[in-house]
Amino acid sequence: MIKIAIIGFGTVGQGVAELLVRKRDEIEKKIGKFKVVAISDLTGSISGEFKLEDAIEIRKKGKLPEERATSEIVEQEDYDVMIEVTTTRLDESGIAYMKTALNRGASVITSNKSIAVALPDLLKLAEKKNARLLYEATVGGAMPVIRLLNSYLALCEIRSLNGILNGTCNYILTRMEEEGLPYSQVLREAQEMGIAESNPTADVEGIDAGIKLVILANTIGIPAKFEEVEREGITKITPHAFKVAMQKGFTIRLIAEANRRKLRVSPRLVKINSPLAIKGTLNALLIHTDTAGEIFVAGRGAGKFETASAILSDLYELFRCSGNR
Amino acid sequence: MSEESELFTLLVELEDKPGQLLRVLEPIAKNGGNIVGIVHQRGRKTPLNRVPVEISFTAESKKAEKIFRELQDFAVVRSFGKIKSFAISLLLIGHVVHTDLSDTIKRIDNAEAECVELNLRMPELNQPSTAILTITAKSEEALEKAIERVREICREKKILVVEPVDVI
Repeated sequence: MIKIAIIGFGTVGQGVAELLVRKRDEIEKKIGKFKVVAISDLTGSISGEFKLEDAIEIRKKGKLPEERATSEIVEQEDYDVMIEVTTTRLDESGIAYMKTALNRGASVITSNKSIAVALPDLLKLAEKKNARLLYEATVGGAMPVIRLLNSYLALCEIRSLNGILNGTCNYILTRMEEEGLPYSQVLREAQEMGIAESNPTADVEGIDAGIKLVILANTIGIPAKFEEVEREGITKITPHAFKVAMQKGFTIRLIAEANRRKLRVSPRLVKINSPLAIKGTLNALLIHTDTAGEIFVAGRGAGKFETASAILSDLYELFRCSGNR
Repeated sequence: MSEESELFTLLVELEDKPGQLLRVLEPIAKNGGNIVGIVHQRGRKTPLNRVPVEISFTAESKKAEKIFRELQDFAVVRSFGKIKSFAISLLLIGHVVHTDLSDTIKRIDNAEAECVELNLRMPELNQPSTAILTITAKSEEALEKAIERVREICREKKILVVEPVDVI
């Protein structure tokens, strides 16, 4: 029996729980029986004997019933894997939970981009404790990139990565391109539609894409830090810029680029027939390798079930050999 | 880093009647060639009573082959030489004109690299304008140095440089 603790029970945490309920039969066929033994977030916690369905219902109506602190759950509950889906915060509380779990020999699956600041340390700790840290959900949502890089392409030399890692920016640029509207107007509409946050800085200044780029770089063995990312956002792009670029067959996209020489997030000219000229809120990654040539992936970079699906993918990766197939 | 293309110079002899030049330029443009210079000597005539025209353009070699094939049909291609060149287009957003455009170009140009084309759009007074600038260079290294000069000049003049995604 796989014992799971879910830390963070917001949108993504509930998405994971809902998929665990809805897909229980399929999941158990592939990885064996599982049980969620504890859930904790800022509102409270639930542990011991409870039904996952009930926990979801309770949380939707308000707070989780118990008042045990998350740190206590992380330190004391008996679990094999911790699904850490708290929001990315500067206080790095999520990282502290991950360290505690790994130190106890439990594996960690996370969607928390805070790992960008501590990835090499966390991976080392996991190895030392014979546990694993899986973080597919941190970059590109449902789009499979982490396992693609560190497993399927493990024996390729990754020469460069060029990615569209922020759906909000890509949405804004797509609409500016197609409708000739100014940045400020498209941003305002995106905020009204819930595609951009009321404080859009992290997205439009390339901070979010930069954090994800650091995670990708570390995944392919470039020991990158966020401060080393050269960064320029999309706020200076004008509708005219698209028209002028089009004269040479280009459009403009916010590209996160990693190679041995530099890490950079900046608006770039992209040929209109390039796969990177992707539209809307989609994310994409173009990988240049030595022996496998170019590989391109695209998919939904955010969303409740999209992110939860990446978490489930990690859960499968963790236990796939123990299933009763 | 760059779009590798070659610079071709071809000499064609055209009949002296309207529309002939366009017939030569069209296949070049249509097949992705980038015309960098035309010398049209209307006063001179060749022994066949045609007008000699010298056209320089850059294109990837595959596209160039296609252009030559199409031109053979109606123009006499006398000779062409090719010089390997490297080209890149950069988009500049900001006060491109008010920060002395000719100074910007002078500082980019040198013996190894030069600005060969500039398309500019100025929306309104005091609003940032946009330009797309094409630079060709004799070597990849010279092109990289030219790009570095553009970055430096534009940092100084507070112009945003939008570079193409690397084509490896």
